[in-house]
Amino acid sequence: MIISNTQEVPGKTIVEFFGVVSGSTVRAKHIGKDIMAGLKNIVGGELKGYTELLSEARGEAIRRMSYQAEEMGANAIVNVRFATSSVAQGAAELFAYGTAVRVE
Amino acid sequence: MELLSVAITPLMLLGAWISGTVLQRRHLRTLLVLESGSREVLAVTIEEMPPDWRVASCELVMGNVVISQDYFKRIAATIKGMFGGNIGVYEPMLERARREALMRMKAVAHARGYDTIINVRLETATLASMRGDGKGTAGVEILAFGTAIRLAEGSDRRFRGDPRFLPAA
Repeated sequence: MIISNTQEVPGKTIVEFFGVVSGSTVRAKHIGKDIMAGLKNIVGGELKGYTELLSEARGEAIRRMSYQAEEMGANAIVNVRFATSSVAQGAAELFAYGTAVRVE
Repeated sequence: MELLSVAITPLMLLGAWISGTVLQRRHLRTLLVLESGSREVLAVTIEEMPPDWRVASCELVMGNVVISQDYFKRIAATIKGMFGGNIGVYEPMLERARREALMRMKAVAHARGYDTIINVRLETATLASMRGDGKGTAGVEILAFGTAIRLAEGSDRRFRGDPRFLPAA
């Protein structure tokens, strides 16, 4: 599965469109990491626990999106976009969407 | 006991200010070192490549960072916010977060053997407050992403004057 955020897959041509595919996941941090981040929030700087959490969650959203594209018979997803929203206290939704295509 | 509770807030503010400033300086120094070594990977925001670039493979690459402001600067920003205008204390924080995210994206691309990243985009998201009272943000996430490409054997990144990119005569 080739994933790209450009209009076309560089070096390949699109031969078939399958439509929009998307994947999302809602994640919350566990309490230990939350407390650590709370302390880190006083001195400022990077909140590593959150960085990891969000990058893992985004990976999961991409996997779900790829799975959906595979089911349709696509071999690439183009024009991928991301959206992040805070749905509840301490939880975030990571959403990835794009267009499933077949390239040659 | 009274005295302790009166003294604790200024102490916390002072501590936050000092450590926040030290962390910021250290981060800026690391960024300079990282950026000087990141020239092998070219990151551009253009969507289409010059047509004579022949691409062997491509992949989506990302770099993210969640950063938070220290307690002292948050208070300072709140006070400044009452008067409006430039909130200077937030600018360096966001700037170094963006630079860090770009560096991480480039590092991922470099590790996987790509030499160029096209269509680079930067996104900012505020994370929900983690305190019950709804005060204070948990931080800001900066995400940098783009399509990493590896040029085919014999192709290089040199620009040879594509008419589409030249100014009208």
